[in-house]
Amino acid sequence: MPTTSLNAPLLSILLATPFIIAVALFFVPSRSRTAIHWLSIAGATVMLLLSVAVFLAFQPAAGGFQLDERYAWLPQLGITLHLATDGIAAPLVLLTGVVIFCGTLVSLKMTHRPKDYFILLFTLVGGVYGTFLSLDLFFLFFFYEIAVLPMYLLIGVWGSSTDFGTFLRTKEYGAMKLTLVLVAGSIPVWVAIIATFLQSGLGSMDLPVLAQATYSRDFQLVFYPMFMIGFGILAGLFPFHTWSPDGHVAAPTAVSMLHAGVLMKLGAFGIIRVGMLLMPEGAAAWAPVLLVLATVNVVYGALSALGQTDLKYVIGYSSVSHMGYVLMGFASMSIVGLNGAVLQMVSHGIMTALFFTLVGVVYDQAHTRLIASFGGLAQKSKFVAVMFAIAGFASLGLPGLSGFVAEFLIFVGLFERYPLFGALGIAGAATTAVYILRLMATAFFGPANPRWATLHGPNRSETLAAVILCASIFAVGLFPSLLMPAISVGVASLMSTVLGAG
Amino acid sequence: MDLSLVQPELLLALLAFVVLGADLLMGRGSSRAALGWVTVAGLVWVLWFSFEQTLLGALPGAVYRVDLYTHLFRGLIPLSSIFVVLLSMQYVTKRLKHPGEYYGLVVIATLAMVLMVGAGELITAYIALETLNFCLYVLASYDKPDLRSNEAGVKYIVLSALASALLLYGISFLYGITGATSYAAISGALATADPALAGGLTAALLLILAGLGFKLAAVPFHAWTPDVYEGAPTPVTALIAVGSKTAAFALVIRLFGEALGPVAGLWQPAMALLAVASMTYGNLVAIQQTNVKRLLAYSSISQVGYLLLALAVLSESTAAAALVHLAGYAVTNLTAFACVIAYQNHTGKEDLDGFAGMAERAPLLAFGMAVALFSLAGMPLFAGFVTKFYLFIAVAQNGALWLGLVGIAVVNSMISLYYYLKVLKAAYIGAPAQGGRIAIGPVLSLTVVALVLLVFAVGLYPYPLAAIVGAATDALRFRF
Repeated sequence: MPTTSLNAPLLSILLATPFIIAVALFFVPSRSRTAIHWLSIAGATVMLLLSVAVFLAFQPAAGGFQLDERYAWLPQLGITLHLATDGIAAPLVLLTGVVIFCGTLVSLKMTHRPKDYFILLFTLVGGVYGTFLSLDLFFLFFFYEIAVLPMYLLIGVWGSSTDFGTFLRTKEYGAMKLTLVLVAGSIPVWVAIIATFLQSGLGSMDLPVLAQATYSRDFQLVFYPMFMIGFGILAGLFPFHTWSPDGHVAAPTAVSMLHAGVLMKLGAFGIIRVGMLLMPEGAAAWAPVLLVLATVNVVYGALSALGQTDLKYVIGYSSVSHMGYVLMGFASMSIVGLNGAVLQMVSHGIMTALFFTLVGVVYDQAHTRLIASFGGLAQKSKFVAVMFAIAGFASLGLPGLSGFVAEFLIFVGLFERYPLFGALGIAGAATTAVYILRLMATAFFGPANPRWATLHGPNRSETLAAVILCASIFAVGLFPSLLMPAISVGVASLMSTVLGAG
Repeated sequence: MDLSLVQPELLLALLAFVVLGADLLMGRGSSRAALGWVTVAGLVWVLWFSFEQTLLGALPGAVYRVDLYTHLFRGLIPLSSIFVVLLSMQYVTKRLKHPGEYYGLVVIATLAMVLMVGAGELITAYIALETLNFCLYVLASYDKPDLRSNEAGVKYIVLSALASALLLYGISFLYGITGATSYAAISGALATADPALAGGLTAALLLILAGLGFKLAAVPFHAWTPDVYEGAPTPVTALIAVGSKTAAFALVIRLFGEALGPVAGLWQPAMALLAVASMTYGNLVAIQQTNVKRLLAYSSISQVGYLLLALAVLSESTAAAALVHLAGYAVTNLTAFACVIAYQNHTGKEDLDGFAGMAERAPLLAFGMAVALFSLAGMPLFAGFVTKFYLFIAVAQNGALWLGLVGIAVVNSMISLYYYLKVLKAAYIGAPAQGGRIAIGPVLSLTVVALVLLVFAVGLYPYPLAAIVGAATDALRFRF
């Protein structure tokens, strides 16, 4: 395992930053709004810079796990705080840095108890970084749960309810549903982790060590699906996806950005980092099931998005559909497909963050999200319309934008073995085009509704956030070579284990 | 007989008399606020003395054993009593009469709890247990004008007397079969016991389990718990929920491991059954509660279930895991009660509706409550996550069946999050019906902060606790 000789323990500094900011915020008096804002912005900036630094410090040529750090923690259970990054985690760390920076920018106009809000938001981000960077099974799960922990309060206190006319979907409902479903997903993961630890008989929670042990085929057949379903729930896997639209719609803008943009990736990441790495045989055996469920995700998610009347619900269901591509890529069990899946995680993270930013700009002024009530929004703010169009085109897979490369690779991976499912995937992409274009035609073009005469464009920090996200969409779309060397090295080393066993 | 071995215990008895005597000597009209501080100072002194005390050994006939295991609880139990007294002071001044006897009884209860852990013989254990019970009867009904407090006391006496009778009956059976009351002699006799006696032995074990199950509040011996938790003055509830439960578990671990190990096959299934029943029933009923103290009562019943699961497969490693969890549970529960007490002192509210807007009115208490409840639900950063993980791994080590039972425990643990979130919903999302900011006073503020820090300390770096507990359980003389 080659390690880079860096003097600074980069990963632990990155991991500690959000928690340090959260604790520091605790001591700022809640009346000093300015101090809270500046501290949050400073923290987000440091995280962005450190994320970039981690991504750059990862050397694809060397491969394997890099920037390795270990700290003894609880020897009784073989737990060490083992941090490292590989080609799969590095781009996701970068994504997290970009999304939290933009999320903080968007949250600056928050006036209701901003201190508590930022403390919870940064705790959430700490959990995200920890999950991506932990090479110890205990700590991976530890941070994974931290990322779920603050969601209830973030949605319940700062979220918004949706009025459907005939009934009200309250934020409390969305918050409770999201929390309980995600926590239910943790149950099989928790059991499977304990079983794996005991089965290995090595007395260590270290993932590379656990990967050395051999698990019988029967054991893998029973416990791999626990990881697949358990982590899959956070990735929005059908039929456990319904928390996602309800939760993401109820959440405040920055939390939707982070949750749909990054947290759903934790679930997908868990499937490959834990499930596939430890139980390749189980992964191969269950791949067809995952494939079918993921295809339902793509098609059913897209069709559901088509039927929504609320702007944010469209984006919510589109996330379900797009996460389906990621899972399809995993299920293809091919190197090309997995490369596409990891890239899709990044691509979807950026574009969904952009979507939610823009929806937030509109909702915060209009206090409604009903598509039918809008019209001619482009005349009010060209900027929002253009940005929305770019995110939309990325989402339907227009070449030159991030979504195209990722989805193309996934389809290539699928057509090798499952042409039918590849075709269904493409049908899903076509449906995406329908709902995105229809949404734009209704809300942004067409006759202007006089009710929105006072509507104006985003403020400065929202503009900056949108520009950064938009630039990232172009960067990934036009220069996939920025990310692909790292991703392909990470996927190659994972697949060498998986295919070697299969 | 060398009494220096039990100096900390003697000092506790002395302290009780000092507090009661000081109360007697004080004038009729004088303020007795200082008595709380005298108690705290005395307990700190005893704690300090126990740390310095390195003598290990046993009193003649091994009626009382001072080993590292007893030593651990000489630390934990007075420590939890210190917190209980700190939490009591404002409450006692505002609501209760006769502070002298109140603090005196808390100290005697502390002594009784320590004696329960060190007892190496059934009669000593029984007397210690009864001493504790008598203190708790009086303390539970201490709020004389409050009918609920009276009801709590009466209910506690009646049901506890029944449980004691069952326990004594079981002990007499056991004595009849083994001819011994000391743990070591019992296990020796049981190892070579005539298989024909299995019937009588099973009856003895079930009676003992029922008697102690009452003390632990395990389903189906839990009926007293919600009423006593709700009716007793809240600091007394904290004492019952934390100190008395800790001591009872410590007693059960020593008794079943050291004395009843050779017949483990007879009590294991019963204990596993109690475990699953407690965690499931406690959680399902907790969902419907609207009074926070009742909710914590049912939550504690479910927590007992997790611990009993470890005791059902008792070994050095599960005992260590159970004690780590128990210690984490103790600080967590104290934190929850600290917040309830402080809030109650100023608002008189202890139901969910009354908790609405807590985050606006008393941010520190709402935060403490969030920390405690997330920890009880087994969420990371807080004690509950890692201690539960430790506990579940120790239990699952015993085979596929136990992994399945751990699965049930994990499901339960996640269910519990639902009702804990209901409390947080009231505290953080609900708007306050009336009233502004609450000033809870320096003593309670600092106590809450200290307890919250302890919950984080166990959750973020459990190694020291695990190491100390490991050394303590190694000192047990388990015999299976």
